[in-house]
Formats: sequence, C-alpha cells, structure tokens
Amino acid sequence: MTPEENFMRKIEAGEKIEPKDWMPDDYRKNLIRQISQHGHSEIIGMQPEGNWITRAPSLRRKGILLSKVQDEGGHGLYLYSAVETLGISRNELIEALQTGTAKYASIFNYPAQTWGDMGAIGWLVDGAAIVNQVSLQRTSYGPYARAMIRICKEESFHQRQGYEIMVTLSRGSAAQKAMAQDSLNRFYWPALMMFGPHDSESAHSARSMKWKIKRETNDDLRQKFVDQTVKQIEVLGLEHPDKDLKWNEERGHYDFGEIDWDEFYNVINGNGHANRQRIEHHVRAHEEGEWVREAMHAYRDKKRSAKQQAA
Amino acid sequence: MATQELDLYEVFLRSRRGLDHKHVGSLHAEDHEQALEYARDVYTRRSEGVSIWVVRSSDICASQEDDSDSFFDPSDDKPYRHAMYYELPKAVDNM
Repeated sequence: MTPEENFMRKIEAGEKIEPKDWMPDDYRKNLIRQISQHGHSEIIGMQPEGNWITRAPSLRRKGILLSKVQDEGGHGLYLYSAVETLGISRNELIEALQTGTAKYASIFNYPAQTWGDMGAIGWLVDGAAIVNQVSLQRTSYGPYARAMIRICKEESFHQRQGYEIMVTLSRGSAAQKAMAQDSLNRFYWPALMMFGPHDSESAHSARSMKWKIKRETNDDLRQKFVDQTVKQIEVLGLEHPDKDLKWNEERGHYDFGEIDWDEFYNVINGNGHANRQRIEHHVRAHEEGEWVREAMHAYRDKKRSAKQQAA
Repeated sequence: MATQELDLYEVFLRSRRGLDHKHVGSLHAEDHEQALEYARDVYTRRSEGVSIWVVRSSDICASQEDDSDSFFDPSDDKPYRHAMYYELPKAVDNM
C-alpha cells in the first residue's frame, strides 16, 4: 500500500490523521488555511466585543462579557496550537494575518454599534459558529477535532448569554425593543454569510469533503442555522428580517431569501466597515507587546547562561 | 547491595486514534527508548493502545495540590461561565 492509499484508507474508515502521519501536501495546506483562519477569527473576534466591556450596563454583564472575550483568546490559542502541529510557526501565522494572506471570518468586519449588538453577536454569530464547530468535532485531523470538542463545550454559554441580552431588551421599553430589532436586522444576514458561499461556488468545499476536513456542506449547515433561529426570533417577539422565509413541508425545512453575495465578497475583499481598523489594531497591539516578548527572551537567556556556568 | 534506581518515566497511552493520550502510570527505565519498550510490555499487553508517550517524571512541572485552593479560586466566583447559569424561555432552552 502506498502512503497515499494508506492515508485514504484511514480517511474512509473514519480514522483520525495525527501530526506525524504521512499526509498529502494539499491536505496539509488546506488544513493550515482552514485552522489558521479559524484561529484568526477567534483572535480578531475579540475586538468588537472587547470594545463594549467598559460600557457594559451592569457589573454582571461586564463580568460575563469579559469572560466571553477571554474564552475567544483561549480558543485562538487552542487553534494556533493545533495548526502548529502541521509545521507552521506562530510568527508565520501572525505575519499572514497582518499582511492579509490569511483571512478571518468576515463577520468581524461589521462594527458593534450598540449594546444590542452584544446580544445579537453572542446569539447569532456564536450560534452560527457553534453549528459549524459541532460539525467539525468530527473533522479528520485529530488535533483540530480535539480542539473543537473543547471549544464547543466551553462556548455553550456564549450563545445563551447573547440570547439572554436579547430577551431582556425585547421585554424592556419601546426603545430597548427597537434596539434589539435593529441589532437582529444588522447581524442576521451576515451571520448566514458566515457559512461561506453556496456549495456550487465554494472553491475548497468538494476536496475538503472528500478528505473529511469538512463533514457537512456550507448550505446544509446554513439551513440548520436558519431552521433553529426561526423559533428563537419568534420567542423574542421580534420581526424576522427575511421576508421570503417560508416553511417548506416537502423539504421539512424553511425556504429563505437570497443572500447579498456582492456584500459578502465586498467585505471579504477588504471593503467592510472595519477591515482596516481590525488589522491596524492587531498590529498595534502586537507591536506594543514587543517589549514584553523581548524581556521574556532576555530572562530565558539569562537563566540559561547561569545554568551553563553552574555546570 | 542496593542497585541504583533508574529514572522514573510517566506513561501516556492513546487507546484509539483520535483520542487524547491519557496518563496510565509510570515505570523506571534507562532512557526514552527503553521506557517506550517497557511501556509497551507493561501497559499494552492486551492491545490497549495505538500510541505511547513517555516523559521523564522530573521533566513534568505540576501545580501543588496544597495550593490548589488559591491556585484555582479565580473561577470560583464566575458561575456565568457555565451555560446553565442562563435561564431562557422554555421554548428555546435547548439552545
């Protein structure tokens, strides 16, 4: 059996691929692209919510939001560690993010304008991410699958705290309810875009499915999210942003309106409200941390040379 | 005559592909290579594993049990990190 045949045998048998196993170059490249993009999304995703920590309406909400943003940082770390098992370094990853060769989820290029957005982001953006991540718990690359299992477990509170904000606002004053509706309207469609282009348009989908990097298609995952969200909007007593939404008895799913793909590609290609701001902020934070990294290296070197002298 | 003891190694076993390596015990060995072979002989006699890690015990840096109260207490007062902290309307509570 050639290494390639052995690899495909494992994939087809549903076995995981582990870091030291032989794998095709394109499998490795594909994983590096997807996992690093996923990790970058966690890291950049800290910005829109981090922006509201100091303005949270109560100490309770502040503690919750702070914990959520801490989680995103931790999840970025899990994913960077998983992708590093494929032979790429942290410095290369950060460089790719900052120069734009690596992408992150487009949703984070939308600004978080109101407190209602903290509700909508937790509920819809994390909700969509969870649908995707639950599916990825069965991805073929071992370290990625294990990171997903841990992340899903930790993230279960993210969506619930967002929805709780929405419940509070939608049961509040007319102005609060309007704020909830406005946040829903602005984040609903971008949340649907998070699943990526239609399967027929997706550049990486077919091969990722064959290699079981992805286990369900973009369109199937999106449908799941659309279906689960209908009841949630109804319970809030808000208006559904999709006027074409209709239950399809035959399919057993909701039919829904077409996504504005021009907007999707426009934001991916750098023209969203906050693309430049997000990367500039990342670069600035990274540069401002340089002295800390330098100090850590100096301390390590000092300890090493002390050890050598003692020996 | 007491023989000098060999270094202690901790043994971690992956029982099935895709799972984490789990700590199963320890053994004495001369070096990593020997520890791996001993671990195979001692811990996988019934095909319990598909992969073994061995780590010299002295290379493991562990938190102190005695300090665990103060070491872990930062998360004691953050119940909101758990999903069940949030009470949602019944109709959507399976979120």
